[in-house]
Amino acid sequence: MNKVVSGADEAIRDIEDGMTLMLGGFGMCGLPENCIAALVKKGVKQLTCISNNAGVDDFGIGLMLKQRQVKKMISSYVGENAEFERQLLSGELEVDLIPQGTLATRCMAAGYGMPAIFTPAGVGTEVAIGKEVRNFNGKDYLMEMAFDADFAIVKAWKGDTMGNLIYKSTARNFNPVMAMAGKITIAEVEELVEPGELDPDHIHTPGIYVHRIFKGVNYEKRIEQRTVRKKE
Amino acid sequence: MLDKQGIAKRIAKEIKDGYYVNLGIGIPTLVANYIPETMDVVLQSENGLLGMGPFPFEGEEDPDLINAGKQTITMLPGSATFDSAMSFGMIRARKVNLTILGAMEVSENGDIANWKIPGKMVKGMGGAMDLVASAENIIVAMQHVNKAGESKLLPNCTLPLTGVHCVKKIVTELGVFDVLPQGGFKLLERAPGVSVEEIINATAGKLLVEGEIPEILI
Repeated sequence: MNKVVSGADEAIRDIEDGMTLMLGGFGMCGLPENCIAALVKKGVKQLTCISNNAGVDDFGIGLMLKQRQVKKMISSYVGENAEFERQLLSGELEVDLIPQGTLATRCMAAGYGMPAIFTPAGVGTEVAIGKEVRNFNGKDYLMEMAFDADFAIVKAWKGDTMGNLIYKSTARNFNPVMAMAGKITIAEVEELVEPGELDPDHIHTPGIYVHRIFKGVNYEKRIEQRTVRKKE
Repeated sequence: MLDKQGIAKRIAKEIKDGYYVNLGIGIPTLVANYIPETMDVVLQSENGLLGMGPFPFEGEEDPDLINAGKQTITMLPGSATFDSAMSFGMIRARKVNLTILGAMEVSENGDIANWKIPGKMVKGMGGAMDLVASAENIIVAMQHVNKAGESKLLPNCTLPLTGVHCVKKIVTELGVFDVLPQGGFKLLERAPGVSVEEIINATAGKLLVEGEIPEILI
């Protein structure tokens, strides 16, 4: 059960034009930076990317947008990106905006083997257009389908060679639910250890969900909104 | 008239001991500064944290620890982190007692619009639609009128909706309002120096004014 690959280039070797990818992260936090760099280098195009945000102009998925590699973004919030805005307004880029909880739960459903979920988010809004509405116990819910992604690409803090993963702080965000949801899941980690070195009781993502793992390098971990207080 | 800090101070009085609270971006974020220290209140950040603390000291920022507004933050003793699906699970399952968020418009039947202006670049709804669809108690913090001087408390929202029949209470620079279950805004308190007439003139939706309206105490 050794899932280790040499690095990002090998991990993404069979990602091809037109595929659907999930990319973990929230804002700049918990992004699979190594795989994004490898995808930019490989130059695959016409991608559909499922990710909560679309990066900024020079970081995250913004790097792929700049190279015109993305055909469609499925996200909940896409601000702070001028190139994204330009491509959207010119019609080069399709965008499907969906509520953040719906996005997370559609990933979760895929990882749990459930075809769909019911959520009240978006009832009575334009998000509900064309969707089945079901009433349970007097409240309306939208039926939302599980995602179907060719690859899920996630970033974890620690992982072992069997693909077991542990995330750190709020860099966890979408990573665990996306890790469960890809047909093939790639995990890049800051620390790669041998089986037995991680406490089984502390593992967030069991290795069964992970197909390829490698130790990432040169993490920039950019901060989007640096807010501090002064020492008194 | 209340300033932003004043609105935040007044909303803080709605928070009860033992509450789990989700604070939105903008004025709602300021509410955290006015929660009495004697109170046991846990702040939820929907990117996956319970027990959000203040901003870090300079030099102690952790890029792996941010809030839903992507700001660097800290964790308090007893914090818990979790994934995004669980985060919205606890919101959907109504474990979070109070949600405070901003709005562009609120209608007299409690509809809220706060994510999209037609013709302008749309950034997305983030977690707002999930929060308003599920929260047991939603308080809106906003300015009473928009930049063009038009009321934001309306008979019907004109902007695309974020959620329907969900807002329970509104605090603006002019006053505090309940959204009645049968429809209509009920004036509860007026801001210092603001007359009932000024509030009536600034409110386009149905406004109920009963008896003497006390001044907001903050």
